[in-house]
Amino acid sequence: MSQIKIVNLQKSFGDFTAVKNSNLTINDKEFFVLLGPSGCGKTTTLRMIAGLELPTSGEIYLGDEEVGMLRASERDIAFVFQLFALYPHMNVRNNLSFPLKMQGYKKSDIKNRVEEAAKLLRIDHILNSNISSLSGGDRQRVALGRALVRRPKAFLMDEPLGTLDAEFRELMCLELKKLHLDIGATTVYVTHDQLEAMSLADRIAVMDGGEILQADEPNIIYNKPKTKFVASFIGSPGMNFFEVNEGISKDQSFVNIEGTKFDIPKQLEESRGSKNFFGIRPENLTLNNNEGLKGSVFGVEYLGSRKIITVKTSLGEIKVKTDISVDVKLNENVQVKPSNNNIIIFDGQTDKSLNSEFIK
Amino acid sequence: MDTSRSYLEPSSFSKKMAAAIIIVYAVITLIPISWMVMTSFKNVDSAISYPPEVLFEPSLEGYVNLFTNRSRQSQEYLDSLPAPENWYEELVRSREMVITGPSKFLGRYSNSMIIGFGSTFASVFLGALAAYAFSRFRVPLKDDLLFFILSTRMFPPIAVAVPIFIMYRKLGLGDTHLGMIILYTVVNLSLAVWLLKGFMDEIPKEYEEAAMIDGYSRLQAFFKVVLPQAMTGIAATAIFCMIFSWNEYAFAVLLTQFNAQTAPPFIPTIIGEGGLDWPAIGAGTTLFLLPVMIFTIILRKHLLRGITFGAVRK
Repeated sequence: MSQIKIVNLQKSFGDFTAVKNSNLTINDKEFFVLLGPSGCGKTTTLRMIAGLELPTSGEIYLGDEEVGMLRASERDIAFVFQLFALYPHMNVRNNLSFPLKMQGYKKSDIKNRVEEAAKLLRIDHILNSNISSLSGGDRQRVALGRALVRRPKAFLMDEPLGTLDAEFRELMCLELKKLHLDIGATTVYVTHDQLEAMSLADRIAVMDGGEILQADEPNIIYNKPKTKFVASFIGSPGMNFFEVNEGISKDQSFVNIEGTKFDIPKQLEESRGSKNFFGIRPENLTLNNNEGLKGSVFGVEYLGSRKIITVKTSLGEIKVKTDISVDVKLNENVQVKPSNNNIIIFDGQTDKSLNSEFIK
Repeated sequence: MDTSRSYLEPSSFSKKMAAAIIIVYAVITLIPISWMVMTSFKNVDSAISYPPEVLFEPSLEGYVNLFTNRSRQSQEYLDSLPAPENWYEELVRSREMVITGPSKFLGRYSNSMIIGFGSTFASVFLGALAAYAFSRFRVPLKDDLLFFILSTRMFPPIAVAVPIFIMYRKLGLGDTHLGMIILYTVVNLSLAVWLLKGFMDEIPKEYEEAAMIDGYSRLQAFFKVVLPQAMTGIAATAIFCMIFSWNEYAFAVLLTQFNAQTAPPFIPTIIGEGGLDWPAIGAGTTLFLLPVMIFTIILRKHLLRGITFGAVRK
């Protein structure tokens, strides 16, 4: 097992830059998730770590070794594909033995290691089955098994749960987490599903437009996003933003938004321009009838234990996550106000969050 | 693909109708072939009798005539010979002839085998490599190259007969097995590349990527992972290539005479040797038909297997 480090990594396809000047350190034994919308460069980054794409510039370290220009077969990493890529002309046992055969293990060793991995993944009863007869979950386990038998330096996974049914996905999520705890292998996992990322990751890197915007633990990513994109991409629904048409100065602790005064955490940094954004998560807002922004109820979504209420105001649509007991009707007039001071000001020019008492 | 079939099962009536149509069609197409096979088992007289005999006493005269050279002798000479040693000698003697030696048929037939299978193997092998490259790599001028490859099929091959004849004479390739294998491979290669590229495109590249990560080189991944999955395409392509090179007549007439002559130009010469020997012609064409038929039947299971794969969820 090894640490993975990427330094100034860049990948261009013709005029298109898929990954821009990225730096990242993935610690030994860490479960690291690359999260972002499609086309953000997360898969390209993973494929460069795997050796399936060669970087345009920059370095990749696997342990102490620089592997950026090595062939995939020379890197000692395992890759789990979104479509599993199990070899259909081989049965489960042969699929699992395939990587070991290349490394010249003895037949008895191969057999032992395959059976050990199969037991761990609870696929020992289907070792002699054909791939085409397996369910999605079992295929996923076989794909993981093929990665496991190698005992590689790192596991790379490209949306391995993407094609499973919702029910299976949850189950496999749990299994993956448990597997990671059992074997403690350095894992890089790519997904566009934030729930998957949140539940699996030790740390998450959020990517957009080929850039790594923030790499942190899940709760920090959620509560203290460093950019407006991270704030809106993480959370369902994402953060609410209101335009603030004034410069933010150091030590400022309130802003005026269209004539209404809002308290904000004491700012430790001043903004560059006079147009900034006030960001607040839906669960940090409440509805009432006497103070705050005026608006009317535009939509109500039930989420079981919670409700998401969309309120149309002069500042645009605002999402409010409330307790299920809050009872409002469509088009009812309500007022929205923050329920706490978990507010982040984003610089309008850089889209980055400004340091404050709340987010440092 | 027509997916409606999976849940719209045809009614039993339409199934029966379809079966009836297929049977009628099969009978119509099989009549000339079965007539040919029947002719091969007739004797010289019953083969040309009028009205044609549908029921007849089978004879191996056609096959004996196909495999032997004979000469007609006077009755006195025949009487002076010792008694025939085996059944086919007896059969020939009854026609007032003696066997002077084996005919060239076996040699021509094995030439056909060598050249047919040789060029089929070469076309499929080279075609698979080229198709893989076109399917996976960023080849400069890819579309133009593919079109160029296709364009080699746009004129009838015989249009270049004269230049090829001259080239082959200069290169010493005329009337050689190698020459004919190269020629048929060249003609078949464009078809092989195009057919196989379609099949290769269908195979997700994740398979060879998985193999490469598992420690295999790209070439090893190609042989161990890509080729087995392209078996359907390879079988189909091999059948097409085999049929072409097995049946090819014009170039075989032009370029081969002794050493590498294939069966197609040889069979018509049977007519010339000793009158219109229809049973021998029937025997020659029947035997000529068999290899392609057997080859297709052997590869048929691969054609069907392709449908039941599907280990990748799309």
